[in-house]
Amino acid sequence: MVLEKEHMKNVDAALTAKNLNVYYGDFLAIKDVNMAMKKNSVTALIGPSGCGKSTFLRCLNRMNDLITSASVRGEILFENLNIYSDNIDATEIRSRIGMVFQKPNPFPKSIYQNIAFGLKVNGFSGDTDEAVERSLRQASLWEEVKDRLNDSAFTLSGGQQQRLCIARALAVEPEVLLMDEPASALDPIATLAIEDLVRDLKARYTIIIVTHNMQQAARVSDETAFFMVGENRSGYLVEHDDTQRIFTNPSNVKTEEYITGRFS
Amino acid sequence: MASELRPISDQLRRRRTYRRVLGGIFYGLFLASVCVGIVGLVVLLYEVLSNGLPWMNWQFITDYPSRHPEEAGLFSALMGTMWLMAMTALFTVPVGVGAAIYLEEYAPRNILTRVIEINVANLAGVPSIVYGLLGLALFVTWFQLGRSILAGSMTLSLLVLPIVIISSREAIRAVPDSYRQAAYAMGADQWQVIKQVILPSAAPGILTGTILAMSRAIGEAAPVIAISALVYLTYVPAHPMDRFTVLPIQIYNWIARPQDEFRGLAAAGIIVLLVILLTMNAIAVFLRNRYQVRSEE
Amino acid sequence: MRVEESKNISDQIISRRRGAIRIEGFIVKWVFFACAMISILTTTGILFTLIYQATSFFNEISIWEFLTGTRWTPILKPRSYGVLPLVSGTLLVTLIAALVALPTGLMTAIFLSEYAPDKLRRVVKPVLEVLAGIPTVVYGYFALTFVTPLLQTVFEGLIVFNALSAGLVMGVMIIPMVSSLSEDAMMAVPRNLREGAYALGATRYEVSIKIVVPAALSGIIAAFILAISRAIGETMLVTIAAGATPSLSFNPMESVQTMTAYIVQLSLGEAPVGSLEYNTIFAVGLVLFAMTFVMNLLGFWIVRRFRESY
Repeated sequence: MVLEKEHMKNVDAALTAKNLNVYYGDFLAIKDVNMAMKKNSVTALIGPSGCGKSTFLRCLNRMNDLITSASVRGEILFENLNIYSDNIDATEIRSRIGMVFQKPNPFPKSIYQNIAFGLKVNGFSGDTDEAVERSLRQASLWEEVKDRLNDSAFTLSGGQQQRLCIARALAVEPEVLLMDEPASALDPIATLAIEDLVRDLKARYTIIIVTHNMQQAARVSDETAFFMVGENRSGYLVEHDDTQRIFTNPSNVKTEEYITGRFS
Repeated sequence: MASELRPISDQLRRRRTYRRVLGGIFYGLFLASVCVGIVGLVVLLYEVLSNGLPWMNWQFITDYPSRHPEEAGLFSALMGTMWLMAMTALFTVPVGVGAAIYLEEYAPRNILTRVIEINVANLAGVPSIVYGLLGLALFVTWFQLGRSILAGSMTLSLLVLPIVIISSREAIRAVPDSYRQAAYAMGADQWQVIKQVILPSAAPGILTGTILAMSRAIGEAAPVIAISALVYLTYVPAHPMDRFTVLPIQIYNWIARPQDEFRGLAAAGIIVLLVILLTMNAIAVFLRNRYQVRSEE
Repeated sequence: MRVEESKNISDQIISRRRGAIRIEGFIVKWVFFACAMISILTTTGILFTLIYQATSFFNEISIWEFLTGTRWTPILKPRSYGVLPLVSGTLLVTLIAALVALPTGLMTAIFLSEYAPDKLRRVVKPVLEVLAGIPTVVYGYFALTFVTPLLQTVFEGLIVFNALSAGLVMGVMIIPMVSSLSEDAMMAVPRNLREGAYALGATRYEVSIKIVVPAALSGIIAAFILAISRAIGETMLVTIAAGATPSLSFNPMESVQTMTAYIVQLSLGEAPVGSLEYNTIFAVGLVLFAMTFVMNLLGFWIVRRFRESY
């Protein structure tokens, strides 16, 4: 039972999920999600493991297309178009809705080449050097790497690599940035750096972030959506509201139980 | 066809059609290259079957080679192959399995072990004719075994030894560690564990590997030519010191003859060889499947 | 008292049994060690044999003449012992084979690793394995009786024994090797990396060619080198189809003789053991072994040195 507040429905939504159901083969992984994600704000997706939050995230840029057994029913609206309609090319979507992964995955190339790849593939015709610098600045990485752009990306620390991946994603100028537990593989200092970055970025981008760390969700997000594992191990959306309200006065008893740590 | 999302920045023209077309071309190219191999195989088999089947009959199997194509058969080569395979297996299996056991269960991680492993890997890549030269100088001449099946089988067993070692190692490695732990915990010492737990469990995998190694050996002509130095033999070997010939060599002999009929004979010989190989591989696959089922129980 | 006594006896029985087992274990360990050492002995044996017999050869013919001479007529008079024609014959056939097999094998690997659905892979891979398991005499037969006549309709005046036929068929023969080793290299590239590329809006061919292949490059190059080494060492196919005329020309339409084919030719001849002609096969064998050995080492070294860590 989803409690979708009135004030959550009438927002300027960057992405809207409508009756979203995701199957892996015969197994229903996510059931009946309806959710509008606000533009230029940070929406956190929280919930216990196995509740389908990562699966949901990957629907938003059609990454689940790459899994042969996955099938998606329902709609995801982006700029009033269903991204799953037949005449829409997934690669288009992905260059408008970017993604950063849990484990930093820079290409085995130089720092410069990592960012240039996305530009090249998307037919960038401007000044690549300038675009690379711009992305690195946005990701708060420029000062640290400006003298070694030709070094291999693997010479960077874990936190720096993740910021490189963020810069790489930002270089193609997406409107939405999806982040799948971006700090979970990083040490606490790097984690805070990422969180600061997220707060800075929301001015220009819509950010949807999956996190298993509730304190992080509370620190970083404007809205929070809580997912749970339901019957037959299918995930579903329990509650979606302003972060403040979810963490201080949730409407659903299950939300309250999760937040207060009665189960993980 | 094109999406209706409005383009965002001028500089990022997404070049959809161009990339889609290019993607299609590459896909076609990749698909075509897969077809090269498949088509090649189909054409080859068709050639062999159409030329060889007319010559296949019982006499073909039981006759000896002859100057007259109608009377020629491959009995001597067939028997030679059987002898050679049996004796090769006799030499290579104990040595190969023994080496595999040493490398997997006993060998310490030191330089000597590394050298042995490098050697095995390198030997797998040495041309087979070089093994023939080794056998010629060592077994035929120095050991004075003459151009006999014994020399030939010892040479071939060295040739396929790396295969036996590598596949036996995999079979041994596949034995779950829990079996080992349980046996050691009962107070067994290393050799007991190997003899009574690991070897029986790895046996099907070792057998599969042996069959695969032998199917490699059965098709080898080059090293055998270097050892036996002949391609035309009209008697069946009676003991290990006898001279011999094998199927691939007999096939080669027929191919090299100018008359057209011999091409047909060669094709028929190839059919026999391929049937034997197919049977061996089928047995190996069957064993592998049965073995996998058992280890999942 | 009695309990302790019987404990003592059973202890003795156990320890005696343990002793026997331990001796057996000790012997067995060293037997197995000897088995493992046979691989080192084999390599040593090969080196020793080749060098020893080749030395007999080099006592009569200078190494310089051997390595730089351009005529190879060890049996016919006037005798000449320059090995270059054999080497060039080998390289010519290998080159043609590489031109066929390397691109095709790589593209097959890309298809299998990045494009093919699981069901298709499960059908195609066994087919390629069959191709790899066919004895090379069969390929020789195929080259002589099918490919050569076919080529003769295209290239008029093509003689029966030529390097082109042999090279083309050899190419098809090593496709499975290139494909399977390259595929292994590409499968080792973590999914993570591909996902990062897809997430930027790259298409499948862009991910395959611009990310996966460069990431797997060391393994792919090693695959190429090992396949070339295999082609160099191949014997029956070239003996049957390429001819027996040592020639320095790089014209694929002509008949050539490879190092391996020469060794076969001489083995079937009547050169007495220990004679100069007999020793030529070891000299040539030494060159052959050296070439393939260096290439194999190079292949392994490239994998170790340049293996990308993800």
